[in-house]
Amino acid sequence: MGEMTERKKRIDRGVKVRSDTIYAVSSPKELIYLSAPRLCLIFGLLLLPLIVPGLYWQRVVCLFGIYALLAVGLDFMANYTGLNCLGMAFFVGTGGYISGMLNATFELPVAISIPIGTVVGALLCTFAFLPTLPLKGVYFAVISFMYPLVFARIIAATGIFGGTDGIAGLSILPNIWVSQYLILGVLLICTFGLRRLVNEDIGLVFRGLKDNDQTIRASGMNIIFYKALAVFITALMGCFAGAYLSHLYGWVGLSLLAMDFSIFPLAAVVIGGPGTIAGPLIGALILVPASEMLRAFAGLRIIFYSILIVLFILFWSEGLLNWARRKYEQFEYLVRI
Amino acid sequence: MEKGEVFLQVRGVAKSFGGVRAVSGVSFELRKGDILGIIGPNGSGKTTLVNLTTGFAKKDSGEVIFDGKNISKWPAHKIAAAGLARTFQVMRPYHTLPAYKNLIPTLYSPRARQNAEGKLGDRDAVAIDILEEVGFERDAYVPYKMAGSLPLGYLKRLELARCLAMYPKLIICDEVFSGLSMAEIASMIPLLERLQMNGMTLIMIEHRLKELFQIANRVLVLNFGTKIAEGIPEEVMKKKEVRKAYLGEEWEE
Repeated sequence: MGEMTERKKRIDRGVKVRSDTIYAVSSPKELIYLSAPRLCLIFGLLLLPLIVPGLYWQRVVCLFGIYALLAVGLDFMANYTGLNCLGMAFFVGTGGYISGMLNATFELPVAISIPIGTVVGALLCTFAFLPTLPLKGVYFAVISFMYPLVFARIIAATGIFGGTDGIAGLSILPNIWVSQYLILGVLLICTFGLRRLVNEDIGLVFRGLKDNDQTIRASGMNIIFYKALAVFITALMGCFAGAYLSHLYGWVGLSLLAMDFSIFPLAAVVIGGPGTIAGPLIGALILVPASEMLRAFAGLRIIFYSILIVLFILFWSEGLLNWARRKYEQFEYLVRI
Repeated sequence: MEKGEVFLQVRGVAKSFGGVRAVSGVSFELRKGDILGIIGPNGSGKTTLVNLTTGFAKKDSGEVIFDGKNISKWPAHKIAAAGLARTFQVMRPYHTLPAYKNLIPTLYSPRARQNAEGKLGDRDAVAIDILEEVGFERDAYVPYKMAGSLPLGYLKRLELARCLAMYPKLIICDEVFSGLSMAEIASMIPLLERLQMNGMTLIMIEHRLKELFQIANRVLVLNFGTKIAEGIPEEVMKKKEVRKAYLGEEWEE
């Protein structure tokens, strides 16, 4: 001992000293400091379709929107209500098939089939998950993982909904600009909406479901009801993504239930920062282009996601946005001891 | 409701875990405004009895009548919503939230919303008022402190405050004194007495007999899941079975 050692010390920036939800803002500079990250996200996403080169990458923006929506939904479900869902593909499949079938058999226009696919799909998904809701953590994860697999097997075995071939020739969204801004708009609304929701009073009830469920029950609230509500909110987002996807390509098929839709959001959540809602969106923003570049490897990409998940959990479990937020909100300096 | 009316009736409830009979056929009654103490050595089935009464565990047999309604088959949340609040021995507050935010989910519940109508201020303000009532000093900003940084004494009070936020008819306190210092207990007793004076009915499960006897009008003694005595504290503690259960077989006067 006796040696001089250095230690990192952190203090919050002045503007962060606040009373819970009300910021004490005293200058335009602080106003900018507070709103800059949010404005960056909003304008960044809205400008995205304009800055990417060519139609191919504009289609990738649409895909990014779908995956980001799923990742944001998963973050809410897993980190705020304790339902670690590995079956996001089930939501995508349900929404996609309902919207696609309505369009194919009743020739409903896209503007009607997508909303119906979203709401009816979310209701069906919630009912389907109802028996599993008393479960928590890894038990729920395992069972939710089975849902899309079972759904896909049923379709393949019985040949309903076009069987293994799927149904082609659905109406597609009017043009690439509408497609891009539709999904990005929904994504922004969902991200900011969920961030608001988890800090509302009902958001605290949702958070309680994760590890204070005893308290919630002792307060006279039915935990199954609130879990079902959380599943419904996530399923709305997932089913919208599915319905949108079916009309983006004009095709529904078994690939709507592919494991990619379950594992990719998880990777995006882990990389982007679990529990931040906006983090997974940024995670998806990094992962989608990366996986486009790996397109040659096709089915093997799932290995790439899995390795990323493992590495991030082991070595950087706080994720991107939690880290960035700490850097943004706190000073860091070294002190000699 | 008249004071002294029978308020809670527990009739012959029983529960076995595997081959162990945790509670076998316990019955008792509680009148409005009473403070009933439930005592007994470790593992005598006190907490299980509470779980059976409040629906947190399934009864093998027996029934519970609360406020004129047979609640034997009701799920836990419905019983709580009917006004039977309880504290937990193992507390799990929202560690990363300020203390007053811990009451928000409870204040959000249908029962609390119904009863809090007409109260001034939003839920945050109501939460802080309730915390102040149980001894969180507002002037020292204790209600704003992170729940994870609070000492045990405050956490026990927080549990009690959570019950009060339900505007309950009956509170079952599961060992609210355990782990507290003498001074902390001494400061909690007036709080419980004030609750009783305001007409609250309480069941207290305790190991700290001396403090319990200061406030309880009646006690019930459990041993190996059966009721071995019931009555006013002084008389119960004179009984031979009770002394034997607490002090062992060899104990002689």
